[in-house]
Amino acid sequence: MNISLELMLQLCIIIPFLATFSIVASRRYPNLRESVTLSTCIVLIFLVVTLYQGLSSGKSISAYWWELLPGLTISFDIEPLGMLFALVASFLWLVTTCYAIGYMRSHQEKNQTRFYMCFAVAIGAVMGLAFSANLFTLFIFYEVLTLSTYPLVTHAGTEKAKKGGRTYLGILLTTSIVFFLLAIVSTWLVAGTLDFKPGGIFADNVDKVIASTLLVLFIFGIGKAAIMPFHRWLPAAMVAPTPVSSLLHAVAVVKAGVFTVLKVCTFIFGLDLLAQLPSTQFLLYLAGASVLLASLVAMRQDNLKARLAYSTVSQLGYVTIGALLATSSGVIGSAMHIAMHAFGKITLFFCAGAILVTLHKSKISEMRGIGLQMPITMIAFFIASLSIIGVPPTGGTWSKWYLMMGTIETEQFVLMVILMLSSLLNIAYLLPIPFHAFFPKLISFKTSDKLSGTTNITEESLPSFEIKEAPLPSLIAIVITTLGCLTLFIYPQPLFDLASAILTGRE
Amino acid sequence: MITHLPILQVITPLMAAPICLLLNRSQLVWMFSLLASGLAFLISILLLQQVMISGVISYELGGWQAPWGIEYRIDKLNAFLLLIISGISTVVLVAAQTSIEKEIPKDKYTYFYVLYLLSLTGMLGIVATGDAFNVFVFLEISSLSAYALIAMGQKRQALWASYQYLIMGTIGATFILIGIGLMYQMTGTLNMADLSQRLPEVAQTRTVFVSFVFVIVGVCLKLAMFPLHLWLPNAYAYAPSIVTAFFAATATKVAVYLLIRFTFSVFGLSFSFTTIPLQTLFMALGLIGIFIASATAIYQKNVKHIFAYSSIAQIGYMIVGFSLSTVTGLTATLLHMFNHALMKGAIFLALAAVIYRVGNVELNHFRGLGRQMPLTMAAIVIGGLSLIGVPLTVGFVSKWYLLTALVEQGWWPIAVLILLGSMLAVVYVWRIVEVAYFKAPLDENIKVKEAPVSFLIPIWTLVIANIYFGIDTRLSVQVAKGAAQSLFGVSP
Repeated sequence: MNISLELMLQLCIIIPFLATFSIVASRRYPNLRESVTLSTCIVLIFLVVTLYQGLSSGKSISAYWWELLPGLTISFDIEPLGMLFALVASFLWLVTTCYAIGYMRSHQEKNQTRFYMCFAVAIGAVMGLAFSANLFTLFIFYEVLTLSTYPLVTHAGTEKAKKGGRTYLGILLTTSIVFFLLAIVSTWLVAGTLDFKPGGIFADNVDKVIASTLLVLFIFGIGKAAIMPFHRWLPAAMVAPTPVSSLLHAVAVVKAGVFTVLKVCTFIFGLDLLAQLPSTQFLLYLAGASVLLASLVAMRQDNLKARLAYSTVSQLGYVTIGALLATSSGVIGSAMHIAMHAFGKITLFFCAGAILVTLHKSKISEMRGIGLQMPITMIAFFIASLSIIGVPPTGGTWSKWYLMMGTIETEQFVLMVILMLSSLLNIAYLLPIPFHAFFPKLISFKTSDKLSGTTNITEESLPSFEIKEAPLPSLIAIVITTLGCLTLFIYPQPLFDLASAILTGRE
Repeated sequence: MITHLPILQVITPLMAAPICLLLNRSQLVWMFSLLASGLAFLISILLLQQVMISGVISYELGGWQAPWGIEYRIDKLNAFLLLIISGISTVVLVAAQTSIEKEIPKDKYTYFYVLYLLSLTGMLGIVATGDAFNVFVFLEISSLSAYALIAMGQKRQALWASYQYLIMGTIGATFILIGIGLMYQMTGTLNMADLSQRLPEVAQTRTVFVSFVFVIVGVCLKLAMFPLHLWLPNAYAYAPSIVTAFFAATATKVAVYLLIRFTFSVFGLSFSFTTIPLQTLFMALGLIGIFIASATAIYQKNVKHIFAYSSIAQIGYMIVGFSLSTVTGLTATLLHMFNHALMKGAIFLALAAVIYRVGNVELNHFRGLGRQMPLTMAAIVIGGLSLIGVPLTVGFVSKWYLLTALVEQGWWPIAVLILLGSMLAVVYVWRIVEVAYFKAPLDENIKVKEAPVSFLIPIWTLVIANIYFGIDTRLSVQVAKGAAQSLFGVSP
């Protein structure tokens, strides 16, 4: 291959955008259209992996496009954190596309061309965001991501979708324009640059009050990180078809948010400055509150997707905490959690979608006994739940481990307790679902007094034992991501290397 | 030839207007007007080039020397404005013939083009001239033709709207005339450059104060600055769609130009901003204007009204940038003049296309248009995103500069307010989007087709310009910055 790495970097961003044209052109032939998407995914993964190898061998890869405003350029530069995000996103895009083909067809969704098109644009935006060399470039792709996912969220075109879309766009645009943009402009004026630099860009003698204010503006402004009170868009976005919820609202969009937080904390502020700022403490507790409250809200949700959405809000808080702890273990934990949570949560969403298309069930209370019909799906659900909770043999163990280490190192014992409590809550709201699914009678026996009269579960009302799994492409996707959760436990080394290289520079 | 460019700029459309009367065949008249406007556009490009290379161009009309004769003075500021006005005029004219088919009786076609060209002449003249009284003359030319153009609207309300505008506009013009008269009384000159030399000597007299106030109030009436905006929404809503597109993109810009010219060049920075508390006043009015006009826009049922109120709000942004009286602030205002012309030109042309196909622009008639007129609606959405100030559109560029200007001066709270104000734009733009894309058509049996090509070409030219100048900002930023710097007497 004679393509230079610089060109490959640019292709990563351009190819998904170009794919939209081919997708539109092939709109009359669904099979062709889907193969266009799939082949784009594969090309993208190939590019990202090649870039990863380039990065591992210590090459510096960057590209410069043009100067949008004097001093503010659109340019790209690969560093380990962005690489990690790009790897996760591009791999999961392939898996999700595979899943979406099964889901969208068996659900007979309309406007599938628009769906695949917007999906490709969103991934292009994620690539641009992951590789951006300065905050300005990042902001542009951040907004492109918001706008390109709006048609996906409102895909159904119903009144409910419209409302959800309104909340989605309203919160994401408001936070990003009112806080994030203001923070960026101010940073530009204070620091004189917006380039991401290890150790931060602020001068040592920067006014602590201004820096504190800016940090608050950044954390609030990055609405995609869904820190309470700006989390409402995420549950609202659950009206979207399940593939959208799984890739965008478990991986691309929310991870773009926490990725940006992590990036701002490490490359704009720098950990040394961050640790000194008075507002860091406040924001840490806010993120802690977000973790705990979202878990509590999740317990009360009967709609499976809503429960998963609140669980995501809570898990995103972990990443923000890790970033704000301003220690190397915190950052490593955060970066790893981006990947671990992505695999876990996408599996859970895939399962939710599989249950919806095959059994047409979206409420948790209706899901008793379905494990007997959909054993593979529910086993996957169980494993992914373990990963979210953070127990072996799943990948989530490692990221939680490092996050805990971070809290201990900085002696933030309150946060440590919060993280532990939240893990317990995770158990409480996730594990009953597969448990009920496999052992319907056991549970019904226990709670029959409470439920009598309303949903008295008797032998007759139990679902049949006939196995009825999701469409094959979707099932394959579920199995792949589940195996991913397990593999990341056994073989976390590459991920750990990338995460620990964030602070030390290139590997 | 090249030395006569400043006068050719104005005289081309002026001479074309009576020729149109002679031609008197609608198709022919349209082509001819388009040609004249295109020629004016070409001249403005040449002028801008010349100004960027060799600095200010001074042209003495009829060879009479400057303080006595009329001088046309082209610097970066007016060259920039000339480009905006003649460019928008040309693009809008492309769609004119198709649009007026549905909106104006056939026997009035010729008059329409004559008035259009006269209005264009007036605006170009106001901007090109360096003579205060000449400003008034051209102001009257453009205003009178504007009143007549607005009255041509198909609904009866057009007459009333035109009448309202006539009254307010005349008061404004009279005020300006009084102001100019008082200046003349104190200095004995009408030449702007000359005035700026002589006014400081008599700056502390009551007459100069009064003349300043008359001029500013008169100009603010013309630029529809809150609270003097009441004539604008109806005038925009009921005028023929082409006229709305042309005026929305250019007319208020000309008034903003006059404001800048009189405060910065004629009266001078120190008089306008130190002696008189213009800053507090304008910043407050600009902000209130942004909020009240945007909030009003949210509650409108007619889409033309929505965007008319949005125009008033956008003027608020220009006023806030202006009131900072810094180079960055003024750059933001000038950039926004250019950018706003592009957005509103695109949006109102798209609305003209909707009127052509659907018959009106009531919000509930937009139901289902997202499917029926995808290209037109996409243009409105992109124009709307640009209004909101999403990155990669021109709106973002001007917002970035305005924010920089505010934060630079430590006006944090104002910066937050400005950003909150722009969120109101999200609300009114998204109301239209939701109706167009989520609601089923009113009557499924009526098949609405996509707009004809003669609309789509100019609409998408402007839409692409919205994106292009949002990405490649070299031209707009360079010119706007240069103009702002020269107004402050800073050498670039």
